[in-house]
Amino acid sequence: MAMISADNRGLRLATRYAVLVLIALIFIFPLVFMVMSSLKPDQQLLQDSGSLRAFLPVGDISLSNYFAAFQRAPVGTFVFNSVLVTGVTVVLSLLVCSAAAFAFVFVGWKGRDVLLSILLATLILPFETIAIPLLMMVAHLPWLGMDGLTWGWLNSYRVQIVPFIADGLTVFLFVQYFKDLPGELIEAARVEGASWFQIYRRIVMPLSGPILATAAILKFLVMYNQYLWPLMVTQAEGYRPVMVGLQYFFQLNVAWGEVMAYLSLITVPVLAFYLYLQKAFIASIASTGVKG
Amino acid sequence: MKMFTVAASAAILAWASAAEAQQTLTMWYHGAGNEVESKIINQIIADFNGSQSDWKVELQSFPQAAYNDSVVAGALAGNLPDILDVDGPVMPNWAWAGYMQPLKIDESKIADFLPGTKGIWNGQLYSIGLWDAAVALVTRQSYLDELGLRTPTLEQPWTKDEFMAALDAAKASGKFEYAFDPGMAWTGEWYPYAFSPFLQSFGGDIVDRSTYKTAEGALNGEAALAFGEWWQSLFKNGYAPATQDPADRDGGFAAGKYAFSWNGNWAALNTLKAFPDTVFLPAPDFGNGPKIGAASWQFGISASSKHPEGAAAFIEFALQDKYLAAFSDGIGLIPPTKTAAAMTEHYKPGGAMEVFFGLSAAQALVRPVTPGYVVQAKVFEKALADIASGADVAATLDAAVDEINADIEKNGGYGH
Repeated sequence: MAMISADNRGLRLATRYAVLVLIALIFIFPLVFMVMSSLKPDQQLLQDSGSLRAFLPVGDISLSNYFAAFQRAPVGTFVFNSVLVTGVTVVLSLLVCSAAAFAFVFVGWKGRDVLLSILLATLILPFETIAIPLLMMVAHLPWLGMDGLTWGWLNSYRVQIVPFIADGLTVFLFVQYFKDLPGELIEAARVEGASWFQIYRRIVMPLSGPILATAAILKFLVMYNQYLWPLMVTQAEGYRPVMVGLQYFFQLNVAWGEVMAYLSLITVPVLAFYLYLQKAFIASIASTGVKG
Repeated sequence: MKMFTVAASAAILAWASAAEAQQTLTMWYHGAGNEVESKIINQIIADFNGSQSDWKVELQSFPQAAYNDSVVAGALAGNLPDILDVDGPVMPNWAWAGYMQPLKIDESKIADFLPGTKGIWNGQLYSIGLWDAAVALVTRQSYLDELGLRTPTLEQPWTKDEFMAALDAAKASGKFEYAFDPGMAWTGEWYPYAFSPFLQSFGGDIVDRSTYKTAEGALNGEAALAFGEWWQSLFKNGYAPATQDPADRDGGFAAGKYAFSWNGNWAALNTLKAFPDTVFLPAPDFGNGPKIGAASWQFGISASSKHPEGAAAFIEFALQDKYLAAFSDGIGLIPPTKTAAAMTEHYKPGGAMEVFFGLSAAQALVRPVTPGYVVQAKVFEKALADIASGADVAATLDAAVDEINADIEKNGGYGH
């Protein structure tokens, strides 16, 4: 009887792993296809695309598509721009949105519920609806820099960063998370004479690792995938990000191998960032039920 | 030593005042990512900048797929360059919207240009192209021989019946997956560029060109209905695939999947490499004369340019035969003049693609010259895709007419 039970357990375990492996394969196949295709000449890539060979490093394998991609477009500049814009926006967004959420949850002030509701209502507005007014505004904003006072933010990093620092979704995530923190901690700190900033910096933020990771990953993905806004505000090649750069590869006769090589290259920062924050992200999903 | 100092100072002053005197002109171009195209345009700019001391052109290249959106955003932000390039059929919209100003160049210099290269709206020249593009019915001489088909010529193209008989013969041979590849994988501008000439050859059109104020009768009249039924029959009767992936479009003909392919001169070199006996046939005549699309990218001046005379000087400079021939040799496009064609490898008399020059001169018809075209093109594309997928022809064309007319009305007739 005990043996049958052990067998059943083993069978269940094997089935579970088989299903998990199958799901993992389904998710990983597009990535494998992308990387393998990036190593093949166009003709072979197209021939292989209808068979399992598309997922295998077979045939005429080389890095020539990568070299060609670097020749066709300033890939390094695009990746640098995206990583810079995304990195700065993520850091500033975490600071600003967490501070805003802190004020909404812990600091008592008149009208905070109404303001929070208004902030959350902005979630239903797609970016496309405000893109043109925003463009017309940033085209005439002043800036004090090394050249003195200038007008217009087009063709700069700041125009890609500043409009995206604060957003309703990130504030909402922090608000939900902060609400679950034990209130006694905050009250005790207030009794001990801690300032709001000290409470924010020394008590709340150290407890917020999982939500910081979640908000960072979500913001990272949104920023790294930006296309419409940078297309509208960066006419100078030196400021363009990776997604606008992808269009360089879609000529009349598309070089699919180069497209795959470029996609493989620009996927690296995303994967690295996700793997770095993976544990905290999963912990956050488990604790808040928020899905990315 | 003193003499040297004075001489050096004078030289520096002279250089500084020359640099100051040279006014910078900004230019936007759609060729980012195309190495050959970028090299030629940069060469023209370098030659122009070196040829005189009044103007200095600075180039900003954009990827083609993102170019139009960038120009519209630039116009909204008040940030357009002096010189820009524009896709021929889009030009009337940009002129009407106030993005462009008339192009004042010596028109005797473009008297011999192919008609499709001249961007004329409201009776004024707004843009001029350094090349044109043409579409042909691509097949192999060996296919024509095996199937026992007459080789059509510019003077005597296939009639509708002959074309359908050719498709029937290809289908019956069992040698091909499909008899005809119209290029359904290429969405967007390909539809009106490549397929509206079929409609025009039937006697219909996207919009009534006599007034440009309605599509009624043009897109849903008897000729248009006949075109719609024929278009649907291509897919319903298995002559052509209604859907297609881009890879198949790029390599299907070379792989022997199709007997005939409706394709442009830009793809001709690759096809010739795959099959040296490739032939480029003129469009069939569906009753109202054989037609193909015309007008490719053209140069013009933005309305906000403070130096239109400098911008016009650059555009005139670029119209030299050697540059027209360089674009043609580099990217396979049709040179706009016979003299430039004679200087090219592929379009010179006896060249492998000479036929495209003749096609462009004899069969080309520009797409509707109206600011509303940008909307009409999308409506037309959707209607044709729906009909190919089996939608009711009359109802679909009526709906397309309603949509186009509503847009014309909403925009006050687009100034016509």
